[in-house]
Amino acid sequence: MSTHTPNQRPWLAAAWNLAALGLAWYFLFSSLAATDTPKDTPFWATTGVLAVLAVLGIQRLAALEGSRWYPLLTAAVFGLWILYFWQLLTVALDVPRVLLPAPWLIVVSLQEHMPVLGSDFVQTVVKAVLVGWLLGCGLGFGVALAIDRLPFLQRGLLPIASLTSTIPLVGVAPIAVMWFGFDWPSKAAVVVLMTFFPMLVSTLAGLKAADRLERELMHSYAASYGRTLWSLRLPSALPFIFSALKINATLALIGAIVAEFFGSPTSGLGFRISTEATRMNMPLVWAAVTVSAVTGSVAYALLAAWERRAAFWHPSIRGKK
Amino acid sequence: MATTISPAPTVSWGARAQEQGLPILVILAATLVAWYALTVYLNAPGAIERVLDPKGPWGWRDLVDATLAMQRPVLPAPHQVALDLYSSLTDWPLDSPRNLLFHVAVTGQSTLVGFAMGTALGLVLSVCIVHSRTLDRALLPWIVASQSVPVLAIAPIVLVILGSMGFAGVAPKAVIAMYLCFFPVTVAMVQGLRSPQVIETEMMHTYAATRWQALWMLRLPAALPFLFPALRVGIAAGLVGAMVAELPTGAQAGLGARLLTGSYYGQTVQIWSALVMSALLGLTLTAAMAALETAVLGPRRRA
Repeated sequence: MSTHTPNQRPWLAAAWNLAALGLAWYFLFSSLAATDTPKDTPFWATTGVLAVLAVLGIQRLAALEGSRWYPLLTAAVFGLWILYFWQLLTVALDVPRVLLPAPWLIVVSLQEHMPVLGSDFVQTVVKAVLVGWLLGCGLGFGVALAIDRLPFLQRGLLPIASLTSTIPLVGVAPIAVMWFGFDWPSKAAVVVLMTFFPMLVSTLAGLKAADRLERELMHSYAASYGRTLWSLRLPSALPFIFSALKINATLALIGAIVAEFFGSPTSGLGFRISTEATRMNMPLVWAAVTVSAVTGSVAYALLAAWERRAAFWHPSIRGKK
Repeated sequence: MATTISPAPTVSWGARAQEQGLPILVILAATLVAWYALTVYLNAPGAIERVLDPKGPWGWRDLVDATLAMQRPVLPAPHQVALDLYSSLTDWPLDSPRNLLFHVAVTGQSTLVGFAMGTALGLVLSVCIVHSRTLDRALLPWIVASQSVPVLAIAPIVLVILGSMGFAGVAPKAVIAMYLCFFPVTVAMVQGLRSPQVIETEMMHTYAATRWQALWMLRLPAALPFLFPALRVGIAAGLVGAMVAELPTGAQAGLGARLLTGSYYGQTVQIWSALVMSALLGLTLTAAMAALETAVLGPRRRA
């Protein structure tokens, strides 16, 4: 709809945004924006002008066509502006840290508590999430393969497995703590339970995804069950399996963090978030949240990259280019 | 159209029940048997130590009886959980904290309030995104990306912020349920509002329909089949959010608080019945969404 707008000039949009960001950067460190100067007309006028400049700049970027990087760039610049106004306004208005710490404070806290957050990361992600995710996905895949030739069991298991997505499974965390102790095995157990069913349901659906025509072709080649599975049905199930792997990565992270809210030893991202929140040390809480958010995004990106390599031939991947 | 199709689902329902009913029953029965076996196995050491005389004479029958009737079992037997549920529902008045329905009401209320707010917010934002290229390019990627991030982790932050602003009770829990519902609804609605084909939008254009008319008559109806699955996901996520919100505040009421107090005092039967109750609540809320879907879309189901 905006194709008729005249500003189809990438360099103009880039120059506009760079100028606006530069001006904003200068303003952030000027005496006007310091905490101890009273905030009156000059400050608010400059902030208003900056806001208008930001909106216009993003509009210009959003109107660009022709490269798949433009949408990404627009989102990145938008995120940058959000961070900027967050920093500017929390410092200028002296917002209490308990309410909302400035982004820079979060970065400082992230750097300062790197060793603590590092051990939290190992405790939650490397131990609980990774072990639980591998076990849960592996079990789901294995059970799906095992009951592939038992339609009776499939008809019984599938509806029950689908219903589990509506049940708050994290609630088993206190029971897991009783059975497996406070340390990471209890969190991994919660993760196994949460990731098992999505993988089971997706794999069963994926194994049915091969066309009738393709199956009949395999049959006419006198291909055995195992050969058909290996050469036709598993490859065509790959998109389903990968989507379950991606969903499960997020679910596993949520499961481990929330399970730590229910009780954990003295480390872990969820433990850090809940205890430091009660101690009102909000910059560290935000730093731990940042670590978990980055972990989730990186895990998703890695799995998506793996999918592009493993299922490069599939229409759903080829269509994206 | 709809009236002529309506007898069909009843037939297929009957066929489905015949086809699926038996396998499901078999699976459930097998689960029950396995549960009892696991109960005996897991509780045996404790039963031998505490209930039976470690040296004295007792047969395997005594052992089984003891494992199935422990005070604080490692794993309670299904009938113990069922009895606990039944007595909590019948022996206490509805406003007593010992009645699980009281906790269901507390958690269900914040879930539903948050769900309604989150859905409304998601609808408004998705309409804005579809009509603004800037919002589409700048904001939508962040909303989509947030689905691969454990957003539930900021629940304690929301509780602290709202707590220091003086909000207590339903509000903080509803806000957490709200933002969990908001993401899936927004993403699905943007997809749904864009689902009409070019030929359909062009026809609205030739009718000189305004944006609002096109939205109301074409885009919104086309988006409904996308909306309802998102509502099912959203309400389940909202329930988890409401339960998690009950943990750190030391709340006295709600299913999440019930789970936590049960684990503090080692009341395993209480944990299990709270767990069963939250599963039932989740199933009921989702079933209500499915019923709403059938009521609105009719038997034609998803597009």
